[in-house]
Amino acid sequence: MSKPIIQVNVDQLLSVDKFLPDETSHIVLSEDPDTAEFEKLVRVCPAALYKITEDGSKRFDHSGCLECGTCRIACGSTIVEKWQYPDSGYGVQYRYG
Amino acid sequence: MDERDFDAIIVGSGCAGPIAAYELAKAGKSVLVVERGDYAGSKNMTGGRIYTHSLRKVFSDEELLSAPFERKVVHERLAFMAPDANLTVDFESEKMHEVSSDSYTVLRGPFDQWLAEQAEKAGAEYICGITVEELLKDDSGSVIGIKAGEDELTAQVVILCDGVNSLLAEQAVNYKKPAPTQIAVGIKETYALPASVITDRCLVSNDNEGSAMLVAGNVTKGVFGGGFLYTNKESISLGIVASIDAVSKSDYPIYQMLDDFKKHPQIAAWIKDGKLIEYSGHMVPEGGLQIMPPLVGDGVLLAGESAMMCINFGYAVRGMDYAVAAGQMAGQAAAAAIDKGATSAAGLQGYVSALENSFVMKDMKSFAAEPAFLENFDRMFCGYPELARNIFNQMLVIDGAPTKHIKNIAMPEIKKIGYMNILRDMRGALRAL
Repeated sequence: MSKPIIQVNVDQLLSVDKFLPDETSHIVLSEDPDTAEFEKLVRVCPAALYKITEDGSKRFDHSGCLECGTCRIACGSTIVEKWQYPDSGYGVQYRYG
Repeated sequence: MDERDFDAIIVGSGCAGPIAAYELAKAGKSVLVVERGDYAGSKNMTGGRIYTHSLRKVFSDEELLSAPFERKVVHERLAFMAPDANLTVDFESEKMHEVSSDSYTVLRGPFDQWLAEQAEKAGAEYICGITVEELLKDDSGSVIGIKAGEDELTAQVVILCDGVNSLLAEQAVNYKKPAPTQIAVGIKETYALPASVITDRCLVSNDNEGSAMLVAGNVTKGVFGGGFLYTNKESISLGIVASIDAVSKSDYPIYQMLDDFKKHPQIAAWIKDGKLIEYSGHMVPEGGLQIMPPLVGDGVLLAGESAMMCINFGYAVRGMDYAVAAGQMAGQAAAAAIDKGATSAAGLQGYVSALENSFVMKDMKSFAAEPAFLENFDRMFCGYPELARNIFNQMLVIDGAPTKHIKNIAMPEIKKIGYMNILRDMRGALRAL
């Protein structure tokens, strides 16, 4: 798969949202996830939580998760091993929606 | 029947949940709504716009006066976007102003809180900020309640209204999650702007009226999907919905598609000087009838997005009006089943037959072929917008070259795509839509 075209800084967009971050992740990926599968998540996650750095290493950070479940549908049978909602009271809090 | 904590427990307070609760409470049943957000709507998101017809079957005109609608939609805009051009059809009609065929833009934060208030006023109890992790079942496998943390609560009936990404549907009715081809990902940015500026940009006469716009074409870089723009009272909702499967194979991530979309001159003009106030994401169940779970199980019903009640018609997207209607039917059928003491799947069949006789299941059935058609309607995303651009560039943009007759402009452009292809697409569209 060719390298995705990414010019926008999604972290900056997410900074306007209200979150109560949970310390432990409600999404767990398999160890050493398959690259082709991970690249799907880079493309589909609205919050751009899945990143491949310049040196090719894979990064995932659950804080900033919009709890949409897209990664669960895209890779729930492959590299997304566990998908739960954040514990009661945690996560994103939309004021407009 | 054995003692239970409540007659009914409803999981999720979106559109379907509070209305099911409202109906049950009005029928004199004890009902609890459990919402995982700190307030109703805090985990919810729409494009979006709600058609009022189904709300009007639940609430009186007077009750609806206090509903936090944003703007009445009086301009329907459909746009076909090429990278360097855009053709917009702008439809206005007196019918859009009539009660029951009117529709309004909404923001789910305020709107869902209003729905929850109506349920509470009718007598429903609410717990917010609690995630339901598990359904309780008896030895025979019937659903008898919910588990959240250490707490267990029982009910004669549980109604799942916990949304498109329901983790409980599998426990309830053994539903397996749909494929990435059957679900779309939605992404939205909300921009604050003064009400009068939005009114001017919509070309409407006052701050209570506005417009809805769907955009097909280059928005999604040639893959199945489209853009939307809804005008709220003091904000504009701008976003993209595209097939998860298609985006996962695209060179452009969904957020980059949105970033490019908002920089297109046609869209940039709408949000100029606006301040980003929220960034949100949500899945859209576009698979239609094919991905619907069983609507009832022993002791449990599913309504709204948790039952995948949604249709992307291409020219309109609907889900909230289905959820409102399904919530009402679920509440009424659950109350009747509780009265009879028969809350097995068979006892709850009244809900299924009410849905089958309503526009909800009639639409889901008659548009069953439509998701597959749209998915393969590639030329709508890349081809037809360019065709429109080329024809209108020659008709409307004058550079002093000798003027051609329309036939001589259009025919070569149509030939580029191919008569047969156009004919095939038209036949497909007429059949599926």
